[in-house]
Amino acid sequence: MSEPAAQQADRPLLRLVRSIGFRIAALHAVLLIAAAAALGGFFWWNTAGYLNRQVDQSLRNDVALMSARFDEGGIDALARTIEQRLAEDADDEQVYLLIGPDGRRIAGNLDSWPARAPTDAQWLEVPILHEGTPSVGRVYVMDLGGSHSLLIGRDVASRLRLRDLVGDAVMYGSALAVLLAGLGGVVVQRVLQRRIDQVAITAAAIGQGDLSHRVPLSGTDDEFDALARTFNSMLDRIGALMDGVRQVSNAIAHDLRTPIARTRARLEESLRGATDAAGLRTAMERGIGELDGIIAVFQAILRIAEIEAGARRSAFAAFDLSAVLEDAAELYGAVAEEKGVRLEAAPAPGLAMVGDRDLVLQAVANLLDNAIKFTPPGGEVALHAARREDAVEIVVRDTGPGIPEAERPLVTERFYRSEASRGTPGSGLGLTLVEAVAHLHGGTLRFESAAPDRPGLGAVLRLALGEAGLAMRGAEAGRRRAARIARAAGQGRATVGAVTDGPASG
Amino acid sequence: MRILLVEDDKDVARFVAKGLKESGHVIDQADNGRDGLFLAASENYDLIVLDRMLPGGMDGLRLLETLRATGSKVPVLFLSALAQVDDRVKGLKAGGDDYLTKPFAFTELLARIEALGRRGRGEGPVTRLAVADLEMDLLSRTVKRAGRTIELQPREFRLLEFLLRNAGQVVTRTMLLEAVWDYHFDPQTNVIDVHVSRLRQKIDRGFAFPLIHTVRNAGYMVRAEP
Repeated sequence: MSEPAAQQADRPLLRLVRSIGFRIAALHAVLLIAAAAALGGFFWWNTAGYLNRQVDQSLRNDVALMSARFDEGGIDALARTIEQRLAEDADDEQVYLLIGPDGRRIAGNLDSWPARAPTDAQWLEVPILHEGTPSVGRVYVMDLGGSHSLLIGRDVASRLRLRDLVGDAVMYGSALAVLLAGLGGVVVQRVLQRRIDQVAITAAAIGQGDLSHRVPLSGTDDEFDALARTFNSMLDRIGALMDGVRQVSNAIAHDLRTPIARTRARLEESLRGATDAAGLRTAMERGIGELDGIIAVFQAILRIAEIEAGARRSAFAAFDLSAVLEDAAELYGAVAEEKGVRLEAAPAPGLAMVGDRDLVLQAVANLLDNAIKFTPPGGEVALHAARREDAVEIVVRDTGPGIPEAERPLVTERFYRSEASRGTPGSGLGLTLVEAVAHLHGGTLRFESAAPDRPGLGAVLRLALGEAGLAMRGAEAGRRRAARIARAAGQGRATVGAVTDGPASG
Repeated sequence: MRILLVEDDKDVARFVAKGLKESGHVIDQADNGRDGLFLAASENYDLIVLDRMLPGGMDGLRLLETLRATGSKVPVLFLSALAQVDDRVKGLKAGGDDYLTKPFAFTELLARIEALGRRGRGEGPVTRLAVADLEMDLLSRTVKRAGRTIELQPREFRLLEFLLRNAGQVVTRTMLLEAVWDYHFDPQTNVIDVHVSRLRQKIDRGFAFPLIHTVRNAGYMVRAEP
């Protein structure tokens, strides 16, 4: 944090003003003031306008009347009419002033001719002295000839009072709005701060290395809850990846240390013990062979990590799954035959999918390799594949000893070796990789019993078909696409299952 | 072959150069991208072995892209510690002909270099392959040994064809998987050995001398002498 920023943070008022809650409240206040002003202005314009029009109308009538009287009876008749009108004026609003050539008042209720009275025929609002009281009048001046002038007007002080009233309302309303906005700003700022603090506290805890923290939900299902959920699911994913990394490092620490130590010991021993060049050569060749094995395991671990991180989708393309399965059967058929195991492969023809062809072959190869390895001579391994809705199920069944139900969830863990598999070659990574491939293809790996009445494992590898597989289904594809995407977003759809039955001992 | 080796790790460079010289190749070396590009563009090589990560502001990918932009068609083999699929795809897309990840066995590198070198020579379409008394007709897809016709499955035919095309050279199990089965994967067990041994049953059994030889710690080789 920079120096000035640190100083600002120490000043609570400045911090409040800079807070987003306060700024929202301030914006709200400005809007309230604008609304009050607009309402007042509109109200004023409407009422005052109406009053003006009324005044003007009555003035026009007066002017017409006075003109008529003057024409009929001259100045005297006019003066009489004025006195009569003033006597009748209960509201004390009418203003008249008739003056002679010397400027002297002949009739009327104004004390003097207003200094700013209009000189010719026009309407004007001028300050007047109305029976000793200063006021404002809307006036019209008639030139009567012979130097007589008549001023006809209305006292509009009441309208001015109305304007003051409206102005006051707007002003006090605005002041109230500002006050409320200030309070609201503080309240909103507090509320926002409390919600944001939860996220900040969680982020800080995670920054400290404690990945178990999650942002608490308020339960109101508002925007902050939505943010918190997104945040939490991101943390879940990060946690899962971190677990993967931890597992890999544990695996490297424990499971690679042993073969490395063995190789090292053997090399050291031959360095001391070997007496001739041939002996040394054999020892070195064996050492290189063992190192190659370690490298292979190491690469398998990294490969699984790469697949699990979902980083391998760049190799995704449409391919003919049936052909890949036939290739796998052809590759491993020879291995099975060598061992005296029958490999029966009957994948449905024309299965197409979008995925990583090499990885799918690798997964199927690992399953076949496993099945052949655990099936005694004379047994049988079957490879089937069929479309299941928008996924494909690849099933590898064997007649080996199977895996006890309790052990099945463990077999995909890194370096897991079942009791039955001790003594067979293998790194304990094969099924881990199959499961990673399944997940990468939106699928699963599942194990089940090969058949209800005999031992044997059934591995069910379920893979999502992807776009190409669906496209092959023609018109149906378009209709289902939306639903499929929605579901795919929710969860994976591939299953690899393996079926085991009976005890591991067979 | 005249080979350019662009590799910044001194130990790896020395190890590779020494091995290739012992195999009868002529080696030029560069330990950074700029010198590598300069040599590659100004000299005439049969093949380039190229590291991906190089000092001097020009990595292997850029070097190759620049070189390809000048119209050079020299075969290039990437030798890199970048082992992810993306890296491999990028290397091949940039114009690489093969991609080998570190750590590697020298025999694997040598086998791939020699296979690439032969491909680069471009002898034109071949219709007939022969080693000693074994003949393969690629048009009629028939195989005869000592005048006797041998029936082969399509995959066995492709396997033998690849071995014959590389007769006298080691081919590794990985190369066979990639060339004959067209998959890049780790078969874990001796899948390839089983297939080669089946092919042996048909090609070598009952004849005066074997043609398919196992090369320890490396792979296989077809040659006439025992």
